[in-house]
Amino acid sequence: MPDPVKLTVDGQQITAEPGTLLINAAKQAGIEIPAFCYYEGYSLQAACRMCLVEVEKAPKMMAACTLPVAEGMIVRTQTAQVAAARKSTLEFLLTNHPLDCPVCDKGGECELQDMVFRYGAGESRYTETKLHVDEKQWSPVVFFDAPRCILCFRCVRVCNEGMGVGALGVINRGAFSEIAPNMGDHLNCDECGMCVDICPVGALTSGIYRYKTRPWEMEHVSTICTHCSNGCKTTLGVRNDHIIRGNNRDRSGINGEFLCIKGRYGFDFTDHPERLQAPLIRRNGKLEPASWSEALAFTAKRFSELKANNALFGIVGSAHLTNEENFYLQKFGRQVLNTNSIDHQRSGDVVTLLDALSGTTGTLAKVEDFYNSKAILVIGADLALEQPLLSFQIRANFRHRNAHVFTVTAKEVREDKISFRSVRVQHGEELAGVEEIHAQLLTEQELLIVFDDSVKGASLRRLVEIGSSLPYAVKYCCLVDYSNSRGAVDMGVLPDLLPGHKPSETPGLTVEAMVTSASLDALWIVGADPLAGAPFAAEKAFIVVQDLFLTESAKRADVVFPSASAYEKSGTVTNVCGEIQQLKPAIRTMGTKPDLEIMGLLAREMGVAATMGQWVSSKVFAEIQSQVAGYAVPLPILSTGGAAQSMPVNGRIPVAEHPELIRSAHDNLFTSGTLGRYSRILNSVLENPRPQ
Amino acid sequence: MQLSPQLESKFESLLSNYPEDKKRSAMIPMLIYGQDELGSVTPELIVEVAARVGVQPLQVSEVMSYYSMLHPKPLGKFHVQICTNVSCLLTGGEDLWDQACHKLGIGHKQATADGLISLEEVECIGACSWAPAIQINYDFHHEVTPARLEELINGLTEKAHAV
Amino acid sequence: MPYNEPHPAETRIISKRFGLPNSASLETFMANEGYAAIKKALGMTPDAIIDELKASNLRGRGGAGFPTGLKWSFVPRTSPKAKYIMVNADESEPGTCKDRLLMEFDPHQLLEGMMIGGYVMGAKYGWIYIRGEYRYLIDIMDRAIAEAYSADYLGDNLHGTGFSFHIRTHSGAGAYECGEESALLESFEGKRGIPRIRPPFPAVSGAYQSPTLLNNVETFATVPAILLMGGAEYAALGIPKSGGTKLLCISGHVNKPGVYEVPLGFPMMRAIEELGGGMRNGKKLKAVVPGGSSCPMLTAAECDGLTLDYDALAKVKSMLGSGGMIVLDEDTDMVRVALRIMRFYQHESCGWCIPCREGTTWLKKLLTRFVEGAGTQSDIVMIGDLAKNMLGRTFCPLGDAAAMPTISIIEKFRGEFEDYLAHGPKPRRSYVREETLREEALAWHGQAAAIPAQPTV
Ligand SMILES: Cc1cc2nc3c(=O)[nH]c(=O)nc-3n(C[C@H](O)[C@H](O)[C@H](O)COP(=O)(O)O)c2cc1C
Ligand code: SF4
Ligand code: FES
Repeated sequence: MPDPVKLTVDGQQITAEPGTLLINAAKQAGIEIPAFCYYEGYSLQAACRMCLVEVEKAPKMMAACTLPVAEGMIVRTQTAQVAAARKSTLEFLLTNHPLDCPVCDKGGECELQDMVFRYGAGESRYTETKLHVDEKQWSPVVFFDAPRCILCFRCVRVCNEGMGVGALGVINRGAFSEIAPNMGDHLNCDECGMCVDICPVGALTSGIYRYKTRPWEMEHVSTICTHCSNGCKTTLGVRNDHIIRGNNRDRSGINGEFLCIKGRYGFDFTDHPERLQAPLIRRNGKLEPASWSEALAFTAKRFSELKANNALFGIVGSAHLTNEENFYLQKFGRQVLNTNSIDHQRSGDVVTLLDALSGTTGTLAKVEDFYNSKAILVIGADLALEQPLLSFQIRANFRHRNAHVFTVTAKEVREDKISFRSVRVQHGEELAGVEEIHAQLLTEQELLIVFDDSVKGASLRRLVEIGSSLPYAVKYCCLVDYSNSRGAVDMGVLPDLLPGHKPSETPGLTVEAMVTSASLDALWIVGADPLAGAPFAAEKAFIVVQDLFLTESAKRADVVFPSASAYEKSGTVTNVCGEIQQLKPAIRTMGTKPDLEIMGLLAREMGVAATMGQWVSSKVFAEIQSQVAGYAVPLPILSTGGAAQSMPVNGRIPVAEHPELIRSAHDNLFTSGTLGRYSRILNSVLENPRPQ
Repeated sequence: MQLSPQLESKFESLLSNYPEDKKRSAMIPMLIYGQDELGSVTPELIVEVAARVGVQPLQVSEVMSYYSMLHPKPLGKFHVQICTNVSCLLTGGEDLWDQACHKLGIGHKQATADGLISLEEVECIGACSWAPAIQINYDFHHEVTPARLEELINGLTEKAHAV
Repeated sequence: MPYNEPHPAETRIISKRFGLPNSASLETFMANEGYAAIKKALGMTPDAIIDELKASNLRGRGGAGFPTGLKWSFVPRTSPKAKYIMVNADESEPGTCKDRLLMEFDPHQLLEGMMIGGYVMGAKYGWIYIRGEYRYLIDIMDRAIAEAYSADYLGDNLHGTGFSFHIRTHSGAGAYECGEESALLESFEGKRGIPRIRPPFPAVSGAYQSPTLLNNVETFATVPAILLMGGAEYAALGIPKSGGTKLLCISGHVNKPGVYEVPLGFPMMRAIEELGGGMRNGKKLKAVVPGGSSCPMLTAAECDGLTLDYDALAKVKSMLGSGGMIVLDEDTDMVRVALRIMRFYQHESCGWCIPCREGTTWLKKLLTRFVEGAGTQSDIVMIGDLAKNMLGRTFCPLGDAAAMPTISIIEKFRGEFEDYLAHGPKPRRSYVREETLREEALAWHGQAAAIPAQPTV
C-alpha cells in the first residue's frame, strides 16, 4: 500500500490515498465541493464546472472532480473567486432551465434547487427567451422534459456503463444538445428507471410517480423487494396507504442505488382491483365471500376433523413467504397435522451444493463478492435479465477492477460484452463448457462460480470437484428464483428436510406427488399455485389456499384466505446468497392479513396455539435462530436494515438427490410469477419490444 | 441497404484506412460520402454505417447530429453556403446572404420548391483572404461580388435544365 | 485559385514552391529539394532531430504556440504501444486560410514533415484530419499520397531503408471544435467532437489511447525546411524565442488581402501597409484581430510599433494564434462584429460544459437584442461580466476563445455600445428573425425522429 498523500484543503491538513480525486478527498475531510456531473462509480466528465476550486500554483481554477490529489497540494474551496464561479455557473444553468419547480416532480429533492439555494444568486439577470422543447414519453416508465435537463450525462452513463444497455445518447450540439433514446422516439431497454433515479433534476421522470405527490408528503419505508432472489433493498414512498414510488436513493443495503424495474416500479400489484380482500368459502360449488371468523372457524373445524381421522395432509409453501411464515407453516404441518408432505417449487439445487461443499468454509458468495471477486464464471443464466443485481455488480466489478468474466451459456448473454472468454454450449452441456476453459481458469487467482438450474445433482457435484481442483479460493452461488426461495429450503419446506437441512426420517410427498396422488385428503397452499394447468388427482381433497389473488389453485379451493403481500408485513427473507434481511410493512390493504397471522389464528381456532407458539415474526425468528443452523445472525444488523449472511450447515446432508424437481421459472426482467401477472407496469412494458 | 458500386467501393476504401479493430473511425467519412450520394443522412444510411463500423444506430445518430455538414433531411441539389463570418462580414458577406435569400425566396437551411437550390449561412470556410466567399456544394468561389453571385445562381438553374 | 503574387518583403520558406508550375505534383516537388529532408532525417538519430527542432524555436502554428521540439520530446517513443502521427488540418479559426494553401500547392511538403515525425516517433501510420469543407484538398492530398506510394516514399521498407510509413486522409464533417486536439481525436475515432479530459495529453494518450504526435499542417510542413537548413539557421530567420517564419493570413479592409510568409518579429503596420497594400478606400485603421477571431482585438494605437511574434503579442495581452490577421477600418460597427463573433462560438460550442454552452448562448441573445436596438446600459456591463464568467472556467479553450475577443471589444470599444443606446441602431437585417430561424433549423437538425429504429437482431 503506497503512502498516503498529504494536502491542505481550506487550511485543514488532510491525507488521502494516492490517486484519490480531490472532490472525494475533500469529502472525506468533511468539505463539500458541489458537483452535478461527477458521480461516483461512473466515468469522469468535468462538464458541469460546479466543482472548480483554487489550487495553489495552478494558473486557473481546477475541476476537483478530475484532479487527483498530490503531495503538498494547497486547495481553497471557499474563496470569493470560487463562490463567484459557482454562482455564475448556476446562473448560466438557470438561463434555459424552466422555473416550473412548483409543478415539477423533483421539487423538494432537486439537486439544482439545493445548489441554487446554497450557492446561487437570489435573482436572475436573464431576460432573453428560453429554448423550448416539448416533453416526450419514451416508455411507460420514462418521460423526458428536455428543457429541465442540465446535461450532466449521468443518465447516459448509468445506462451505458451501469446497466450495459446504452439506450441513451446525446444528440445535437451546443445549446441544442439533448438526451435521446435509442429507438428515435422511444426506448428499447431494461426499463430499470436508473436514469430517472440518477437524474439530479426533473428532466427524467417516471410514469408511475409523475404528478402523484410532493416528496415531503410521503412516508419512506425501506424493505426488501419481493420479486427476484437478489434481495434488493427498496425504499417505498407511501402516501395514504398507497405505494407511489420505489427507489434506493440512500444507497443503503446490498444493492446500493441499484434497482431493476421490478424493485423500482413492480409494487403496483398491491392495489390491483382483483386483489382478494375477504375470505372465500365454497358453498354449493361456488366461492362466496365470508367473514374472517367464519372462514377461520370453518377451516379449523375441517382441519381438526381430518386430523382426527389421520388424514393425509399436503402442504405447499412458497418462495415468496417470509422465513417466519415458512417455518411456522412446516411446523404446523409436522407438529399439528402430522405430515411430512411439505414442499415448495424448487428453483435451484441448493441442497446438493451445500452437501458437496460440506467441510469447507467461506465458499458461499455474498452479493458483494460479485463486485469484489477477481474472476467470475457465469454458467447457464442470462443474469442481466434474471438476476439483475448480480449482473450489475459484475459490470461494476469489470469497470472498476477489471474482473475476468467467463460465460458458459447456451444463448448470448449481456456479460459476453465484458467477458474475458465466452463459451456457447448446448443447453445441458454446460459442464463441458466449463471443462473447456479449465486451463484458463487455472491461471486466475480467485473465482466466483454462479450457476442456474442447468447445473444440478451429479453435474453440480462435478462442478464443485472442478472448483476444488483449482489452486485458489472458489466461492459459489446457486441461483434461485424468488425473494425467499433460498429461505424456503433453509426453513425445511421440503418433504425430506427439516429446518436447518436436517433429514427427516419419514420423507413425505413432493409437490408433484401431492398433485398426482389420489390419496391426498387435504391440500393447504400458502402463496403458491401448484394446481395451475395441472390435473389434480385427489378430487375429494379439502383445499385451503392463502393468496393475494384468485389463482388457478384458489379457484379450486374450498376456502381462500386473502393474504398480505411482502410490502404489507414484517419478517425476514433470505436472498440468493443466503443473506438474511428484514421486511418492513409499508402499507396495509383492507381485508387482508399476513400469512403468519392467518396461520396463527388457525392454530388458535384449532386449539393448538400453545404448540405453535406466538405468531409474531420476531418470536418465530427467535425460534428459527435456535433451530436453523446458520441463522444465528446478529439481530441489530437486521433491524438496522442490513444483510447478514447465514452460515448454513457444514456437514453432509444425507438425502436423495432430486434434480428432476428443480425447475427455475426463468422469469425475465418483466415477469415475476403470479405477482408479475398482476403488475400493470410490468405488463405495460411487456408490450414493448424486449431488450436483446 | 443496397449501395451503388461507387459508394460500396468508397466505403470499403474508407474502412481500410484504419486499423482492423478501429472501424469506428470510418464513421464520419462514411456518413459524409454517403450523404454526397444520397442527398442526406437517411435512416437507412445510419443503420448501414452502424452495422459496418460495429456500433448501435443511436451512436451514429449522436455523431450525425453533432456535425453541421451532416443533414438528416435532403437539401437542394446545389447547396449554396454563404459565409458571413468576420472577414466576409467586413467585405459584404451579409449583403450576399440577403441577396441570395431575396433572389431565391428561401432562408437558412431551406430549399427552393423544386429542390434545386438550398441556402445556408455558414461559419468561416477558410477563405478569409479571398472574402467574401461562398461554397456551392464543395466548390469554393472567392471574392464574390453581387453580380457574380447573380451569375452563379443563374448558372445553377441553367446547369439543372441542361441535364 | 486562392493565390496571391509573392511580395518582396516575404521570406518564403514553406511557401517557396507555391508559385511553381504544377507545384502540387511529385515531379515539381522532387525538382525542388523534394524528399531531401526525410533522406537526411533517416541518417540522423531521432534525438538529433528533436534537438534541431528545439534549436529552431519552432512553435506550434495551430494557435497555441507550444514549442514543437518540446512536444515531440514528450511522446514516449519507447512505449510498447503503437505510435501515431496526426495532422490537424481542421483549419476553422475565423481569419485563417493558410493550411489550405500548404495542402493545395505543396502537399508533398506536408507528407514529408509527417514522415519525419513518423521516423522520430517510430510510428508506422499517420492521418491528416481535414475539415469536411475542404473536400478538394482531400482529393489533392489523396493524389499526392498515391504519388508518394508509387514513388516508394510511402509504404513499407521505403527505398530499402527499413523505414515504413503510411498516410491516409480523414474527412471531418463540419465542427470548429474538432480543431481542438483532443476533440479532434474523439472525432477521428468516430465520436462526437467532445474534448477529452487532459491530462493525459495526446502525446501520451491520443488516437486509440496510444501516443500520438499531433501538430498543425503548417508545423509539420515547416519541419523539412528546418532539417535541411538546420535548426539554428531557421531560428535566426525570426527573433529570439519566436523562431523562423509564419504564414500570415491578411483579410478584411485592406487592398491586397492574401497569405504571406514573413519572419516572426515582422512589424504589424508593415504587414498592413506593405503586404496588405494599405487600408482599403483610404480609410483609417480601427482595430486588428491579430491571429484569428479567438484573439483579443487590438486598437489601432496598440498596433503601432507592434511586431508579429509570440512575445510581443502576449505583452499587449493578445496572441499570434494561427496567424489569421483581420484588419478592421474606421467604419466597422464593433457591436456587430462582437455579435458575429459570438454567433460563431455559440454555433460551434460543443455543449459539453455549462459556462461555454450557456454563456455563448446568453451572450449571443443579448448581443442580438442589443444590435436590434433593445439594449440597455446595464447590458453593456453584463456583456463583459458574462464573458468574464466564462473565462478560465470552461472545459476546453473554446469558451476562452469566445470570451477573450468579447471582453476586449467591450473594454476597448465601449463607446460604440453607448452610441448604440444613444442613437439607436441601423440594423440592416433582422438578426432576431435569423436567429429564430437558426434555432428552428438546429432543433430540426437533429430531431429525435431522425434516429432510426434499432433493428431487432
Ligand atoms: C477551439 C479550438 C480550435 C482549434 N482549432 C484548430 C485548428 O483548426 N487547427 C489547428 O491546427 N489547431 C487548432 N487548435 C489548436 C489545437 O488544439 C492544437 O493546439 C494544435 O493543433 C497543436 O498543433 P501545433 O502545436 O502544431 O500548433 C484549436 C484549439 C482550440 C481550443
Ligand atoms: S468550452 Fe465546454 S462547451 Fe465549449 S467547446 Fe469546450 S468543452 Fe465544449
Ligand atoms: S463535477 Fe467537476 S465538472 Fe462537474
